[in-house]
Amino acid sequence: MTILPFLPHLYWVFLQIGLFSFGGGYAMFPLIKAEVIGREWLSASEFVDIVAVAEMTPGTIAANSATFTGFQIAGFPGAIIATLGVITPSLVLLLFWGNILLKAKENAHMQSVLKGLRPAFIALIAMAAVFLGETSFVDLPSVIIFGVLFGLIIWRKVSPFLLIGTGALLGIILYPLFP
Amino acid sequence: MMKKTENELEAQTEECTPLVPLHQIFIVFLKIGAFTFGGGYVMLPIIQRELVSCKNWLESEEFYDILVLIQGLPGPVALNCALLTARKMRGMLGGVVAATGVILPSLIIIISIAAFLFPVIRGTYYVEAAFYGIRPAVTALVAAAAINMGRDLIRDKLGLFLLIILFFAGWWIGIHPIFLLLVGGFTGWIYYYHYREGDGE
Repeated sequence: MTILPFLPHLYWVFLQIGLFSFGGGYAMFPLIKAEVIGREWLSASEFVDIVAVAEMTPGTIAANSATFTGFQIAGFPGAIIATLGVITPSLVLLLFWGNILLKAKENAHMQSVLKGLRPAFIALIAMAAVFLGETSFVDLPSVIIFGVLFGLIIWRKVSPFLLIGTGALLGIILYPLFP
Repeated sequence: MMKKTENELEAQTEECTPLVPLHQIFIVFLKIGAFTFGGGYVMLPIIQRELVSCKNWLESEEFYDILVLIQGLPGPVALNCALLTARKMRGMLGGVVAATGVILPSLIIIISIAAFLFPVIRGTYYVEAAFYGIRPAVTALVAAAAINMGRDLIRDKLGLFLLIILFFAGWWIGIHPIFLLLVGGFTGWIYYYHYREGDGE
């Protein structure tokens, strides 16, 4: 198959994504955007659908998105390779140095680096939100759906699953009205 | 000598806390991976309830230490939590077992959806209509996560300044996310390390 020589490259890309996704799934989206959409392995709207499915299904969002993205790029082997890539840094870091890291977390150097990383990974999540908005706001009603749901989650703390369910329902109601 | 200490250790652990069986660790994390909707941050309190409150496999303080560390680690949040907690209970083997348990459901469920469900339903009218509403919903979720985390974690002017600068550098200029993280980490190291005494808040 022509896909085999490509798999090590896919593994390497997802290993980098795993290594730099501080704070888990959401912070991973800009990395996937830069590495996967930047290489034109996937289109932006395909990616948004992947994010949606990753949110709706059980499991960690980071692993779900990696598995799905890998599958869309290179089928079944791609799904396995991308997931392995994204979990490799955690596995290596924590299996071998987990105890050392637990002790070192009070270290002043590490604390200061972490304090500076926080604004950076929140900036990444904000970038993910803007990027998702760019691809999902196709007309006025879709912006209105966003506004209503954003209000619900900020003031009512609705669960992600319920929120996406409501989104789907609003979509089915509003979609035929604005062709 | 070696054998004796091993026996003693075993007798001791047998007495107060028997070793947690590996298959039970696997089952707990498999359940959490397969039935928790909403990602890693939703899983953390569930892992805590299972391991600390229900099963008494970990001390509350041990779990708290792990939670603090997880905030600064790369990779899937739930995976990191599984690795660290299981490592405390059963060493490296326990870590591998827990990691497999928490990731396996994602692999199986997502591959099934991607291979069988998605190609069939994609493009049909109702699914297109649903996704028309789901996409703004997902955007709302991520935007809310950014705002909530910003509210919780940005505590000073430098943090806010970095957030704004890095956001625009990434979004407007298109600087690579990895570079943004490196700049953030490096600035933090330089600034906070030197002003750590005066940082009272």
